[in-house]
Amino acid sequence: MKINGFEGAIGALSCPLPVFEDSIVQLAHGGGGRKSAQLIESMFVPAFASPALEALGDGALLDVAGTRLAFSTDSFVVQPVFFPGGDIGSLAVHGTVNDLAMCGAEPVALSVAFVLEEGFPTADLRRIVSSMAAAASACPVPIVTGDTKVVDRGKGDGIYVNTSGIGRVRRGIDVGPRRARPGDAVLVSGPVGDHGIAVMSARSGLEMETSLVSDSACVLPLVRAMLDAVPSTRTLRDPTRGGLATALCEIALSSGVGVTIDEAAVPVRPEVRAACELLGFDPLYVACEGRFLAIVPNEGADRAVAALRAVSGGESACRIGEVTTGPAGRVLLRTGIGSHRRLERLSGEQLPRIC
Amino acid sequence: MRHLDEYRDPLAIRSVLSRIEKALVRPATLMEVCGGQTHAILKFGLDQVLPPKLRLIHGPGCPVCVTPLEQIDRALAIAATPGVIFCSFGDMLRVPGSHGDLLLAKARGADVRIVYSPMDAVAIARREPSRPVVFFAVGFETTAPANAMAALVAMREGVRNFSMLVSHVLVPPALEALLSADGCEIDGLLAPGHVCVITGQEEYETVSRRFGIPIVITGFEPLDLLSGVLAAIEQLETGRACVENRYARVASAGGNAAARRVVGEVFEVCDRKWRGLGEIPASGYAFAPAFAAVDAERVFGLEDLRVDEPDDCPSGLVLQGRLVPTRCPQFGARCTPDHPLGAPMVSAEGACAAYFHYGRTAAEGEEARA
Repeated sequence: MKINGFEGAIGALSCPLPVFEDSIVQLAHGGGGRKSAQLIESMFVPAFASPALEALGDGALLDVAGTRLAFSTDSFVVQPVFFPGGDIGSLAVHGTVNDLAMCGAEPVALSVAFVLEEGFPTADLRRIVSSMAAAASACPVPIVTGDTKVVDRGKGDGIYVNTSGIGRVRRGIDVGPRRARPGDAVLVSGPVGDHGIAVMSARSGLEMETSLVSDSACVLPLVRAMLDAVPSTRTLRDPTRGGLATALCEIALSSGVGVTIDEAAVPVRPEVRAACELLGFDPLYVACEGRFLAIVPNEGADRAVAALRAVSGGESACRIGEVTTGPAGRVLLRTGIGSHRRLERLSGEQLPRIC
Repeated sequence: MRHLDEYRDPLAIRSVLSRIEKALVRPATLMEVCGGQTHAILKFGLDQVLPPKLRLIHGPGCPVCVTPLEQIDRALAIAATPGVIFCSFGDMLRVPGSHGDLLLAKARGADVRIVYSPMDAVAIARREPSRPVVFFAVGFETTAPANAMAALVAMREGVRNFSMLVSHVLVPPALEALLSADGCEIDGLLAPGHVCVITGQEEYETVSRRFGIPIVITGFEPLDLLSGVLAAIEQLETGRACVENRYARVASAGGNAAARRVVGEVFEVCDRKWRGLGEIPASGYAFAPAFAAVDAERVFGLEDLRVDEPDDCPSGLVLQGRLVPTRCPQFGARCTPDHPLGAPMVSAEGACAAYFHYGRTAAEGEEARA
């Protein structure tokens, strides 16, 4: 989950601000769950206080000389750098373009910064750069500026990529994390969890044979079609780290509403479900890189789903639940047997279980 | 998904629920022994749809939760030893020791690696012969065969830099301890299906006879669990007490003899301290003397470490089924998955983690059952 460029999760700010208790940084601070949120809420937001940052969107919305711009940044540290269905290069382009799309913006330009480790094969770098170029050209969005740093061998992880982007917000569009209202419909653009499981299955040490590929993709065509069909769309969010459940919790917290979703309605591929069963993961918390959640007024829900399904990649789009009166931040999952369970933000990282 | 959806079918579930409602006349308390069963019960909200007369209480079947504090401290001490590669399954990493957890040790510079099998740790040892590689061998009877095999392979192949920190525990002795305790309210047990796959059901028959209670070997899907509940209720209502296997698709009465042979060769039964439950006689595995070379406690000279558990975490009561996590004064306040006081709050099979993860509060739980 990314909030104005900060990888992590965040809820509505409350006063007094929480104190950051941890003495050293741990992996969970970048995991997109509670610890990430705590770092952002208690360290970054107070230090960098600005209205655009505090709006807590996927990117900052700025009014520049009468034009509404969106500005977003993201760093990519994925391992392995090549995975089924993508690589760190295309992921870095899609990630920032999608964050701009989540602000209702059309991308205008991207920057790219590389942190390369001494010894990284240039053949791999060439492959990554070509993949970035192809992804940017497909959007299309130009890559207009960049930076390169090389660190000593052993002081990096081969390659890190940062992309930043600016976009122009479409006229008549006003989407934001605080705009969800009771009665609205909750939509998802496709099956969840493909990216996280595809990357996991490609990691050394976990020999899972699966035909699953990452969902890493540019969601602009889908967002365009949906906003054309339902310009009054309230909120968009891509469920990256922390997955669908964490994204819903954040929307519910930011908007001061509740959300109820139907377990049976959430599209999850059988391969993802099987891998999750094996590892003890919950697919609702597994990262996606080419999906998004949309909150739309109830009367526009069918129109929005039809528009999404008409676009390549949106065939499995569906309504998964509704926004409720609350309490604020409470996300409930309705199970097939009529029971309910509450979905919370991801806590730390999901770790494979013992048996 | 085949072999999964059929055990989650809402119509079949409602049908078994209705049979449970009809069969249950007197109030009954059943303990699901395994933490995996606890998580499934809360994940699928089974506690919300079962009749209020039936009380499910959570057992000690979370190997991560019952690993004693000194064993976590040994793991932390070994991991902090310069040059060591410390390998563990993922869910041990957040369990609090006296001073932090393995994730914190990693952040401080220790080389802590998540592996998915003990053989992965042996492979690392082969690849890095100049560095000591230690695997944290935790678990019930379920994981013991694979861990025993890793020790055997390392010994046979002369992988001299590999050792294992063993903290294996055995289910039946812990059940006997719980059932013998004063004020025990358990009317029947849902026995852990995965453990019985290895052990078979003989030891459970001894327990059932000795305490005169129904024990049903039960799986981990909603229909498995409800079928186990129904079998236990039917026994209670008809005054019977025996072992019944409702997980026969996976667990056979005789268990897995080959797996037990490997375990018997490598390990011997020992007294074992359980976190929250104290010392239980003959309730664990330790390396047999012939395997001293792969015993990390001896290799690193940490055999004598004793640590007192902090008294601010009542997880022992949770593991005995005497305290519902949401009734713990620390739950969700001083104790959360980010800042756990005890292992049940962070383990994938911990009861407190189940209640926290599935968003239960005391009020909601009671509301749902009302």
